[in-house]
Amino acid sequence: MDAKLLSELQRLLGADNVLHKAEDLLLYEYDGSVEMGRPDCVVFPQNTEHVVGIVALANRFQTPLVGRGAGTGLSGGALARSGGILTVFSRMNQILQVDARNQRAVVQPGVVNSDLSSAVAHLGLHFAPDPSSQKACTIGGNVSENSGGPHTLAYGVTTNHVLGMQIVLPTGELIRIGNSAVDATGYDLTGLFVGSEGTLGLVTEITVKLTRLPEETKTLLAIFDRVEDATETVAELTARGITPAACEMLDGWSLRAIEAYIHAGYPVDSAAVLLIDVDGLREAAIAQAEQVGEVCGAHKAREVRAAKDAKERDLLWKGRKNAFAAVGRLSPCYYVQDGVIPRTKLPATLRRIEEIGKKYGFEIGNIFHAGDGNLHPIVPFDPRDKEQFRRAVAASDEIIEYCVAAGGTITGEHGVGMEKDRLMPLMFSEAELELMKRVRNAFNPGGLLNPEKIFPSKKGCGEIHSRPIKGAPSEVPVA
Amino acid sequence: MNAPAAGAISRLEGIAGSGAFSSDPERLAAYAIDGVTPSGAVQVSSPEEIVEIVKFAASENLAIVVCGARTKIGIGLPPRRYDIALDVTRLSRIVAYDPGDLTLSVEPGVPLCHLQQKLNEHGQFLPLGAPFMTRATVGGTIASGVEGPLRQMYGTARDFVLGMEFVTGDGVAGKSGGRVVKNVTGYDLHKLLIGSLGTLGIIAKINLRTFPAPQIVRAFIAHFPTVENAAACRDRIAASSLRPLTLDILSPGVAELFESDAAARVEATPMPGGIFSRSAWMASAGFTGNTAVLDRCEREVRAMAEGAGATHFAKLGTEDSPAGLAAAFGRKREFIPIALESSPACTIMKMSLLPEHLERAIAAVKHAAEDHCLPWAAVARGVGVIYVVLLPEARDEKHMKCVAGATNRIHEDCARLGGNSTVPWCPSRWKSALNIWGPERADLPLMRKLKSVFDPQEVLAPGRFVGGI
Repeated sequence: MDAKLLSELQRLLGADNVLHKAEDLLLYEYDGSVEMGRPDCVVFPQNTEHVVGIVALANRFQTPLVGRGAGTGLSGGALARSGGILTVFSRMNQILQVDARNQRAVVQPGVVNSDLSSAVAHLGLHFAPDPSSQKACTIGGNVSENSGGPHTLAYGVTTNHVLGMQIVLPTGELIRIGNSAVDATGYDLTGLFVGSEGTLGLVTEITVKLTRLPEETKTLLAIFDRVEDATETVAELTARGITPAACEMLDGWSLRAIEAYIHAGYPVDSAAVLLIDVDGLREAAIAQAEQVGEVCGAHKAREVRAAKDAKERDLLWKGRKNAFAAVGRLSPCYYVQDGVIPRTKLPATLRRIEEIGKKYGFEIGNIFHAGDGNLHPIVPFDPRDKEQFRRAVAASDEIIEYCVAAGGTITGEHGVGMEKDRLMPLMFSEAELELMKRVRNAFNPGGLLNPEKIFPSKKGCGEIHSRPIKGAPSEVPVA
Repeated sequence: MNAPAAGAISRLEGIAGSGAFSSDPERLAAYAIDGVTPSGAVQVSSPEEIVEIVKFAASENLAIVVCGARTKIGIGLPPRRYDIALDVTRLSRIVAYDPGDLTLSVEPGVPLCHLQQKLNEHGQFLPLGAPFMTRATVGGTIASGVEGPLRQMYGTARDFVLGMEFVTGDGVAGKSGGRVVKNVTGYDLHKLLIGSLGTLGIIAKINLRTFPAPQIVRAFIAHFPTVENAAACRDRIAASSLRPLTLDILSPGVAELFESDAAARVEATPMPGGIFSRSAWMASAGFTGNTAVLDRCEREVRAMAEGAGATHFAKLGTEDSPAGLAAAFGRKREFIPIALESSPACTIMKMSLLPEHLERAIAAVKHAAEDHCLPWAAVARGVGVIYVVLLPEARDEKHMKCVAGATNRIHEDCARLGGNSTVPWCPSRWKSALNIWGPERADLPLMRKLKSVFDPQEVLAPGRFVGGI
């Protein structure tokens, strides 16, 4: 990289806050996805002025600039696809203000999701969006990706909990959008920025809503011998107007993977389980748990276990939240998708996924948010086998195409990033994408901020398939 | 109308078809906004027609204002230019409704109450408990950004609009979001259109999340000697484990409005006497759940109200006789139309601020109104939104000055408390004298930028929005 730029960055941030050696950069060339992108340098701003300075330098040196939180993202959103400066917010991790009376907090983008909830738990509050990576992922990352999580079924995703932000625009201006109050006057800029995947600005401060912790939470584990019974249970819960706080499904394959790792007490001989939380006032949660139990029973649940205490509940959830880590023990690599379908299409979709698996020669696991139809089919593959990798991608694509055809979408919470950009035409026409691009270009006129994300490049599909993938043959060092 | 526009307008008839087009001055009068009458009105019946008309308008340099039932067409500044009224009331199909998925796809012209009836057949509803319920369309309700008492539980349109199809000012058929409840594909452009008064795009289709309708509801009202007491009651409820559907504070002036003939004209459900007090501040909260839950809510809300200094506590109707509940909820929801109906000079401000500032903001309103000799009333939502109704006796110059003085002071006080304030409703002729959109925000340049992306030629409702956008 440009030596002059490097020395300017070092002068701005201090040498300790700039990484540029090849071995250091290696750590930042991947995230939670199968994508890769190596930055030319990694910088750690400590405050908003630093971020303003970094943006100014990126502009002066016409260098790409990408924001990053903890790098847990699953779509390559925080990867430096075109190189340049990777701005990591992990050192801007202060909770600036907690306002219990108004149920607000002001945080820096590098605050870890669960750290905020822990910090306000003694006030009876929490930050509701709870992605599975919540012990590592940052709120800045959540804002960029509009992250979800199991409990967003009842509590909403990140955008429902963000009121305002301080942003450094790609042009270098520092600006506040939204408000600490609801209903800021004018266009809902906050609504646009949340979920814009770091392509419109770098967020330096976030005002969030805090949600009151429920008085009571009942966690149920319903065990089924047939996957169809589990999916029909979900449909009936919806039909009866029961909205659980969370409703997760894990199939037999995933249960066995998790159990071997976490020992959460999951039944390894079953076809599927539903992990269901109901919460609220004690009287409401108890009644809802009974109703849920009834519905599960009516759909041939072999057993419905209720967590006796918080410890049992945490263990059941630990299994779910570490599911993907558990899969990592079984397979050197896996492709996880994030398609969403209308809930009523769940049984048919799972059948289709099984067929697709057979067609391409994979046993595809399913761990997903059943309550809102957000699927995470997992295709395990060996990256050293180029042919197998190609089939894994093809199988995943076919699943996603099915989701879209069923009235759904290509990503429910992981984002488009650099993983699904080529799939965007499944959802949007060229004119529709062009309009979104115009919005991006209005804020990010030089295109330096997080380039080559979200929007499909002009390259043909075959070419894109062969771009470097973590652990893919070309990247695996010959031992 | 200038001559080139007249020629263009006549060509519009060819595009729209004679049955859907009108240039008859009498019919056009109904489409007037703030005294500006368009040269033509078109009732569109397909999204393709919208594209065609917008493209035509852009090529002829004509300005369009989109409208539904026009119940909230008075919100905003007078249009800088206004040639065509684009009426979407014929675009009124429920395109898809999947009760099992709790999702809905509708055209903008669907009447809100008709939609609620449809959903009700399946035990579901849309928590858009917004004003003008009996007449308003879904599109107008969402595009004007109005909200209602149910936001305490369900939030506002931004929380349950899943996606939209729309036509931009240069005739591009745009789309964002989708029809499923969880989706992060592409930019959430539809969020920008909510409350944008049709200045960015013309909504052609809206996808929404529906909700199970609350089966049993119980609501309570408590009377207090001061606003501080009522606010303390709100704070106690908000800090408890209870999950209210609605939580509002009402000023004493509200009782008079709710018991007026104007109220009876707007909200037909008869109001049993004795619920509201003309001399007390009131806090009301509604809940849903099973009997055990509701009994507990009743017990605890009563204790919280008494602890906050309530002089009176009552249930708004009962499960067996819900008349009082429906009447009170209907009046709260229709507070704005009731106020507008009660006086032709009625001016309404909307403030939003942190909940802890509600009582200070209301105290500021009281001073501003009283210092300018204006009768007033206010409904405050527990989440931090206040609707202030100023009721001058006449629409003359003298009263306009009083209202300008009072609203400007409220703008200042609200800004000092870190809030937002606007004047969504006032007599048309007063708009130039009042600060309709409140103090200028620092992010206005970004809004202008968005306007230039969506509507580069300023075809859509030019001049009506914040900062004259």
